[in-house]
Amino acid sequence: MGILEVKDVNKRFGGLQALKDVNLSVRENTVHAIIGPNGAGKSTLLNCLVGKLIPDTGSVLFEGQSVLGRKPHEINQMGISRVFQTPEIFGDLSVLENVLIPVFARRDGAFRLHAFETVANESELIEQADAILTDVNMIDKRHAHAASLSRGDKRRLEMAMCLVQNPKLLLLDEPTAGMARANTNATIDLLKEVHEQRDITMVIIEHDMHVVFSLAQRITVLAQGTPLVEDTPENIKGHPKVKEAYLGETQQV
Amino acid sequence: MLGLNKRDFLLLLVVSAMAALTPFLFQPFAETSPLAQFNGGYPDLMAKVAIFGIFAMGFNILFGLTGYLSFGHAAFLGVGSYAAVWMFKLLSLNIFPALILAILVSGLFSVVIGYISLRRTGIYFSILTLAMAEMSYRLAYSVLTPLTNGETGLQVRPTDPRILDRNSSANYPNLFGLELSDSYQLSLGNHVFTFNVGFYVCAVFFVIAFYLSLRIFRSPFGMMLRAIKSNQTRMNYTGLNPRPYALAAFVISGMYAGLAGGLLAVMDPLAGAERMVWTASGEVVIMTILGGAGTLLGPVLGAGVIKYLENIFSKINENVLEGWFHFLPEVVREPVVWFFARFTGEGWALTLGLLFMLVVIFLPGGLMQGGQKLVGLFRRKKKSGDDATTHSTPAE
Ligand SMILES: Nc1ncnc2c1ncn2[C@@H]1O[C@H](COP(=O)(O)OP(=O)(O)OP(=O)(O)O)[C@@H](O)[C@H]1O
Ligand SMILES: [Mg+2]
Repeated sequence: MGILEVKDVNKRFGGLQALKDVNLSVRENTVHAIIGPNGAGKSTLLNCLVGKLIPDTGSVLFEGQSVLGRKPHEINQMGISRVFQTPEIFGDLSVLENVLIPVFARRDGAFRLHAFETVANESELIEQADAILTDVNMIDKRHAHAASLSRGDKRRLEMAMCLVQNPKLLLLDEPTAGMARANTNATIDLLKEVHEQRDITMVIIEHDMHVVFSLAQRITVLAQGTPLVEDTPENIKGHPKVKEAYLGETQQV
Repeated sequence: MLGLNKRDFLLLLVVSAMAALTPFLFQPFAETSPLAQFNGGYPDLMAKVAIFGIFAMGFNILFGLTGYLSFGHAAFLGVGSYAAVWMFKLLSLNIFPALILAILVSGLFSVVIGYISLRRTGIYFSILTLAMAEMSYRLAYSVLTPLTNGETGLQVRPTDPRILDRNSSANYPNLFGLELSDSYQLSLGNHVFTFNVGFYVCAVFFVIAFYLSLRIFRSPFGMMLRAIKSNQTRMNYTGLNPRPYALAAFVISGMYAGLAGGLLAVMDPLAGAERMVWTASGEVVIMTILGGAGTLLGPVLGAGVIKYLENIFSKINENVLEGWFHFLPEVVREPVVWFFARFTGEGWALTLGLLFMLVVIFLPGGLMQGGQKLVGLFRRKKKSGDDATTHSTPAE
């Protein structure tokens, strides 16, 4: 059984069937890509995994436990982190503080009244934050105002915020969209390294096939809310159904 | 030192020194000088500045850090005053039981109101707090009159039980026997400096409140509160529950308000429901925004500016204006006096409104932002001056 098991999930928005009988099994320590055209339901599927949406029917099990009905912060504490399609960061805070918050969340849990401690005295936690900022190549921007970063930098920051939590499962929704080529390659290297060193299972949604084929061990193709095929990258490349549904129309491999 | 870094410790020292030296600093004009009316109205006005400074500082922990705009904070101020006066009536005229109960009761009250209001965010939160404060205000005049003594207000009377100091002759709140209205005077030349016990009690609590707020600003808790303001979605997906953080901030700010209300009662042992009216809640919002929400000193500055100007402007009545403009021919004088009278005396609220408008439009970050801009301007000028000299050197 996989670390993540999605069974018969349906989700309807009014008259639109966004997810239809979705079954997905993600094995531990794999990078599993989900591809598909715009509006296929990829982000909706992730929303059902992190507690943002509750599916109409079906079940979602993480490490054998149901995530449905749990609050987003509880699901995160179970070990699932998510990078959003539009970066969700703390714009008013500095880059360092952005990364410190997940570090505190990991140490102290969902709530702690640490009103008479001092952030600046937590040198161990600050070291952890600095280490991840070095990994994503942003250490020189640690005092920058997060809202002032470029879109690509915001993404890398958000990724750092998720990675520093050392999640068991990392969900990435188009992590390289809006990034310059060099940064895309750096992100691929970073994710590869993280995956190999820390055994983080990843589910990655991506339109950039270069990223998908550099990272993924399994690929699921989603179209109109239903998984068409699931296979290895090699087999997906030549699959006629996939070409028809997705690759042919948007992207040259 | 005291868990603060060098800069913050220095800031605390400066604030403490200013509080301690208030009788000198804010009384620059000799009693006999015509400018004496611009003195900082000591001790009453300065005590008020300290008290409302505490109120605004606490409000800022909620509004400035988390962004939750409460429109009902005066309710906690009022509850603090009532609790303090009840302590005077039942237990003793010593200020400590009164202030402790004021903080506790307003803390409990804010747990209830906060728990309900924080189910919503944004404008709905503001309206819920406003509604609940308004309800408290109405209840104080109706159902709760046995507790609040209705329109007359709650007062200390000779017939009160005062279990602990029934036999003492004291009839004014005291600090272990030292009456708060006591003053010591020091004359230096033309100046008479007064050291008032009541003011110094307020000043000590003000400095403690400032220290605690400084610690909260620098703490992980304070960082979480700023995270709430910035992005609650990200907070949720980072494994944090914003609700208890916001509630804790709400209760802390409610306790600050309770302390302020208690101190008002300590300076003048009388509590009335008018302290809870919605314009009183609005006033602390204006103080905080005027000074600079989210900054450490801004709310205190806002409280000081508003209370000081209120004092000055309310004193300027038509007679004073006549005096100022007596050099004008009568035809011109009358309209001029009439015009300025709209903005002074009773019309002070109009001036405050204009001032608030100007600040919000031109300095959205409040007076603190204005100060920073000035410092920035000064620095840049100095820098460009330096550049000019370095450029000119090689040319020589
Ligand atoms: N909260 C919502 N309410 C109503 N409709 C929604 C909602 N969220 C998504 N949808 C619709 O569901 C469909 C699937 O959207 P989703 O965002 O999952 O697509 P996607 O595969 O992530 O596409 P993209 O590649 O553009 O990000 C779309 O037609 C979208 O308009
Ligand atoms: Mg999407």
